[in-house]
Amino acid sequence: MVAPVVVLLLLFLALPFAASFYFSFTDQRLASPNPTRYVGADQFDRLLSFEWVTLSPSADENGEYARNDDGGLVYPLRETIRNNPDNPQFDGLQKWFSIPRGGDKRTYFLVGDLLFVKSMINTIFFTAVIVPVQSALGLVLALLVNQKLRGINIFRTIYFMPVVTAMVVISILWRFIYDAENGLLNSILDWFTFGGITGTDWLGDTTTAMPALMGMSIWQAVGLHMVIWLAGLQTIPGVLYEAAAIDGASRWAQFRHVTWPSLRATRVFILITITIAAFGLFTQVDVMTNGGPLDSTSSVIFYAVRQGWGQQNIAYGSAISLVFFIMVLAVALVQRWLAREPKPT
Amino acid sequence: MKAAKSRHRATTRIATSHNKAAMLLASRYLLLCIFAAFFLFPIVFMVVSSLKPDDQLLRDTSSLRAFIPYGDISLDNYKGVFDRVPAGRFILNSIAISSLTVGLGLIVNSMAGFALSRVRFRGQKVLLSLIIATLILPLEAIAIPLLMVVTELPAISVGDGLEITRGWLNTYHVQILPFVANALSIFLFAQYFGSIPKELDEAALIDGASWFQIYRKVAIPLSGPAFATVAILTFLPIWNGYLWPLLVVQQEDIRPVMLGVAYFFQLNVAWGEIMAYLTLITIPVLLMFLAFQRAFIESVASSGVKG
Repeated sequence: MVAPVVVLLLLFLALPFAASFYFSFTDQRLASPNPTRYVGADQFDRLLSFEWVTLSPSADENGEYARNDDGGLVYPLRETIRNNPDNPQFDGLQKWFSIPRGGDKRTYFLVGDLLFVKSMINTIFFTAVIVPVQSALGLVLALLVNQKLRGINIFRTIYFMPVVTAMVVISILWRFIYDAENGLLNSILDWFTFGGITGTDWLGDTTTAMPALMGMSIWQAVGLHMVIWLAGLQTIPGVLYEAAAIDGASRWAQFRHVTWPSLRATRVFILITITIAAFGLFTQVDVMTNGGPLDSTSSVIFYAVRQGWGQQNIAYGSAISLVFFIMVLAVALVQRWLAREPKPT
Repeated sequence: MKAAKSRHRATTRIATSHNKAAMLLASRYLLLCIFAAFFLFPIVFMVVSSLKPDDQLLRDTSSLRAFIPYGDISLDNYKGVFDRVPAGRFILNSIAISSLTVGLGLIVNSMAGFALSRVRFRGQKVLLSLIIATLILPLEAIAIPLLMVVTELPAISVGDGLEITRGWLNTYHVQILPFVANALSIFLFAQYFGSIPKELDEAALIDGASWFQIYRKVAIPLSGPAFATVAILTFLPIWNGYLWPLLVVQQEDIRPVMLGVAYFFQLNVAWGEIMAYLTLITIPVLLMFLAFQRAFIESVASSGVKG
């Protein structure tokens, strides 16, 4: 009776998972007439290379510094990292950023694939904001709808509606809301600040595009975590609150000493599910910004799809997927550690 | 006189505390309503806009008029949707794909959950924990290698006689089969079946029933709620799915609804029609959700608390 499930899981879960290891060490492409070759760790080299080099400014024979048109110093970066026999380890790397050092020197940080590094940083930034904000807001909503009020179920239902709505649909609707000229968000801000804040191109500006995606993502998923918090709240026995009330505990003290400790398991579960879901950021990016502007919203999965499917470079896409898997695994291990039974003291 | 005064004072005190309670209650409802508006407004905007002609729609988006159905209200956009794209086809595709995934999933996952929770066999515990371990693996982590795997799988096509070809791209089954077996469903079934008293099995076994008969005659009739929960939890991600169909479907006639959206952004973008299409693919799911909202919310909550 288990056989059908085992076959399906092997075929569609275990096999692709194993294949991602295999592909990562080859130059497999989605459709190619050339035979697939074993390339060793090349894919991971490209993904994970990180080097730095400190350079002095370029100078002519007299020791005079070369200047560019704006009068800034010029550094021999290109000469150092392109086909330089003295520095083979820098070959093919891309400049990430640089910082000034003493005596006109500059340190350049180099990576194998700048777009991957950007996507990784964007994803971590997205997750780092989403996890605390979404879980906290979910808890606030759960406390709000945990009151014994007439019609409270209607509010629970409404707060949950975005969760059952497709992310594709929501992404398109929020494109209207974020629109620079006719967007609802801009008119609301304009109205509340008496024309102080106007005309922000939320999705077209590198500084606001990612926060815009975050806001929308939190709006969409917070109802889900409200419901999970609520289920946790409702497992807390009422006698605990009665006892606390008899002892004269304030509302805040009740929350602090009864509610919060009782939600331990719920808390771990919520943190882990939000983290893994946030890592998987894709649909919003694909529908709303296509990774832009200037790659400021490109995420790890968006980049994996762009490489593995868009460029048909399955090998590289698989290597990115493996890196992604390791991120997820790390989170799962943290969960195991957090959820362990507290030691008796 | 004195008594009357103090009585008067007492009643005003009660009246003010009544007032206070009423104020508190009103402020609670006000807060609840503000949040309700916050979660509803894009959906209301979508439905209202789907009724407006394009120029009015775009004029209205910058103000509260976006939420008011007024002016030149009609169902023209809905007519436009069906003229512009094979929307009916997309909707039927999605209905077929999601109901087959859910239906097949209910069968195989409940069987597995039954075997893993009630039948004793070697390696049972290991198998269950292996399956549960896969719960952390999101689709995103294997989508790209899975894409390669399905392009290599053999397919049987009926052309001139039976023909064996390679590759599952642009088919219905590539949108269905990878999602039939589901670790969360197996886990929920195993947990539910595990809570049914084992004495029922023993009695049936003595009567000469096979395990499969016990599954059909004893376990299934007692497990309606588990089937409902799993059906709800597996339907949504298939209907709303975007990443996987994007990777494996290019051909028009087998596209699911979420891929249909792309058609509206080609050439001249007609916003009213987009809103009408979004309404068409969203409102049925929302209505279904409203009809079964208690079961929906409990399903999600149970998957969380137990997971």
